[in-house]
Amino acid sequence: MEGLNATWVDDGVISPMRRTGWSFYLAASLLLCVVAFGLYCYARQFYFGLVTTGMNRPLYWGVYMANFVFFIGISHAGTLISAILRVVGAEWRRPITRCAEVITVFALIFGAMSVLIDLGRPDRLLNVMLYGRLQSPILWDVCCISVYLSGSLIYLYLPLIPDVAILRDRGVGLVPLYRLLALGYTGTPRQKHYLEKGISFMAIAIIPIAISVHTVVSYIFATTLQPGWHSTIFGPYFVVGAIFSGIAALLIAMAIIRRAYHLEWIMKDIHFNNLALVLLLMTLLMIYFTFNIYLVEITGNEPSIMAPVMEKVTGKYAIPFWGMIGGGFILPAIILMFRRGRTVPWLMVASVLILVAMWLERYLIVVPTLMHPRLPWPDGLYTPTWTEWGITAGCISAFAFLYMLFAKFFPIVSMWEVKEGMAEAIPQVTAKFENYKPTPPEPAKRRHGLAPAVVGRYTTSAAKSAGRPPQVVALRERAAPASVRQKVGPGAGGF
Amino acid sequence: METVQGTPPEPPSRREFLGAALGAVAGLCLASMPAVAEEPAAPVRKRKWGMVIDLDRCTGCQACAVACRQENNVPIAGPEQALLGRPIFWMDMMAVREGEYPDLRTQFMPIPCNHCENPPCVKVCPVSATHISEEGIVAQIFARCIGCRFCTAACPYTRRYFNWETPRFSDADAERRNPDVSVRPKGVVEKCTFCHQRIRAIKETVRNEGRELTDADVRKLPACAQSCPADAIVFGDLADPDSEVSRLERSPRAHRLEEELGTHPKVVYLREAKWRD
Repeated sequence: MEGLNATWVDDGVISPMRRTGWSFYLAASLLLCVVAFGLYCYARQFYFGLVTTGMNRPLYWGVYMANFVFFIGISHAGTLISAILRVVGAEWRRPITRCAEVITVFALIFGAMSVLIDLGRPDRLLNVMLYGRLQSPILWDVCCISVYLSGSLIYLYLPLIPDVAILRDRGVGLVPLYRLLALGYTGTPRQKHYLEKGISFMAIAIIPIAISVHTVVSYIFATTLQPGWHSTIFGPYFVVGAIFSGIAALLIAMAIIRRAYHLEWIMKDIHFNNLALVLLLMTLLMIYFTFNIYLVEITGNEPSIMAPVMEKVTGKYAIPFWGMIGGGFILPAIILMFRRGRTVPWLMVASVLILVAMWLERYLIVVPTLMHPRLPWPDGLYTPTWTEWGITAGCISAFAFLYMLFAKFFPIVSMWEVKEGMAEAIPQVTAKFENYKPTPPEPAKRRHGLAPAVVGRYTTSAAKSAGRPPQVVALRERAAPASVRQKVGPGAGGF
Repeated sequence: METVQGTPPEPPSRREFLGAALGAVAGLCLASMPAVAEEPAAPVRKRKWGMVIDLDRCTGCQACAVACRQENNVPIAGPEQALLGRPIFWMDMMAVREGEYPDLRTQFMPIPCNHCENPPCVKVCPVSATHISEEGIVAQIFARCIGCRFCTAACPYTRRYFNWETPRFSDADAERRNPDVSVRPKGVVEKCTFCHQRIRAIKETVRNEGRELTDADVRKLPACAQSCPADAIVFGDLADPDSEVSRLERSPRAHRLEEELGTHPKVVYLREAKWRD
């Protein structure tokens, strides 16, 4: 078990956490400035009301709704990817799972917050608990998102326990906090057994929860009668879009972490390459879904549905729409198809393009439909104000800041899982391979009476040419007398 | 020899128990969403308030819109906010142009809330602030609304209005505010209520007089109907086959907005030509 004692893994992960250079402080203060501006914008909006935004009638929803769907989408990076990789036992997952799980937790917080920001009366939020109407998709969202948030917190926390125990034992950093969080974990076989049981249970439970979350988010649009929203494809479309944008966000986070913490020795190019292949699959799925939606809407040619579609295809939103299709879906797909495209610099280009395109995609779901309500007369126009942009920038910066902070205080790579992989991966994979390793074929034996050899004996060339199933012919021929049998052949019509 | 003996019933296995529990939960969920696809049906004869607007009579004078604003304490957005698309009109007068010059015609159309029998707004409200009353009025509890604007986005007629800021009233308007209608705070949704304060008042009046409510009592009850100089707006009980609204509803000139959506509006328009044909 040399891997389990490889303290150089711990050293390599912990030492960059302990070194805080000027770049950390610079980035943190820049992000905090943006967060402060966002807070100022929100304070203004809270005081004056949503009049500070660009929303109006009929454009009752705008940037905040797009942010909500976007952040919830990003949250699918983490837990879902990490859980799927864990469940299928992909060995290369070990250094990247935590990176992904942290994205989920923080992105979910800001997704839920985007709804709060969008509310006219955030002070009355508790009414959702007091007077909740089960039929409303918003209530489904509240349920799913809170379950998903608590589930991902647990799923982030469980694999963190052995790592904070390592930090506690080393006595570095916030030892009292680590001691509290480690729950007295010392790595006894019993503790480890229960820990692994808990992790594998959560990994399986979190997958349906994650899928339900973005499906329910899509129901907010799909359950209304509005043209362009009222679509059965929205559930899977949103889930695919969520995983798609989530992987892009994960790749960006991994690249930044790897560079800042010099983790090239553990997050290798192969990890980026493998994730990029998953991303390529999701890009192609996204193109497929988008093609489906617009083809069906355009061939249907229903005037109320065509109004928002044409607004995107040739109207006011043509540039973002075609930019999204060309620059956000097709171009990344081309980049990802090449081996060179799956290296970190190209991946960053593709991921940033994808993230921008996915935000636009949500914006283009919300706005053009509301611009063209079914009754043709009150056509709307919507220009987001600096308040909305400020709050959006604040949310993104706060997300990045919290992520940085987490990486500063907790190991961003699951050290114990990496060490466990080094010790156990090869024997485990070997044992697994033994199960399905091809063995030389055994010599043919008569087993259950219906061995191929038996049927073969009674299948004549005549029966084959008559086109009948061989077994039936075989049985019939066995019953027939030899004289009749001889007549059977091409042209023996009398039989 | 085989004997048929009663074996003691086995306790349900974990699988059976979980299955039964799941079924029970699913049943409860289904049972608690009754209004999903129910066709509107009138079991015992309940009142079903409705409105008939005769577009062939309407002159577009907007008296209905002004009267509604006064009656219901609807705030004035001001020219800037109105240009940004944020005015509130519980009774909105739209001018719809049809045709091309020189064969051009303008149709005035007063549009209040349709008070659908199958309202898309009610289903989506997460706090039941939007609800449909026993007599078919789609109402809003201003004190409960959280301002998520799901109902406004879900209404296919865009007949719901949001208070983007604290409502403003001029000093003169503040003096004339109607004490029967609550003034809304910022951040909540509001809408036409068919002047339900007047309906409640007339019910009390006829009870005090010891008689039944008649069609004549309510025919001109809402502020818009009362103020219409062309007598284009009539209010009444659509469930009563003898009421004037029911009679007008059966007219060949009658149609409703976006009937094909299955929302069953209770505002009926009369016009010689069908709308937009």
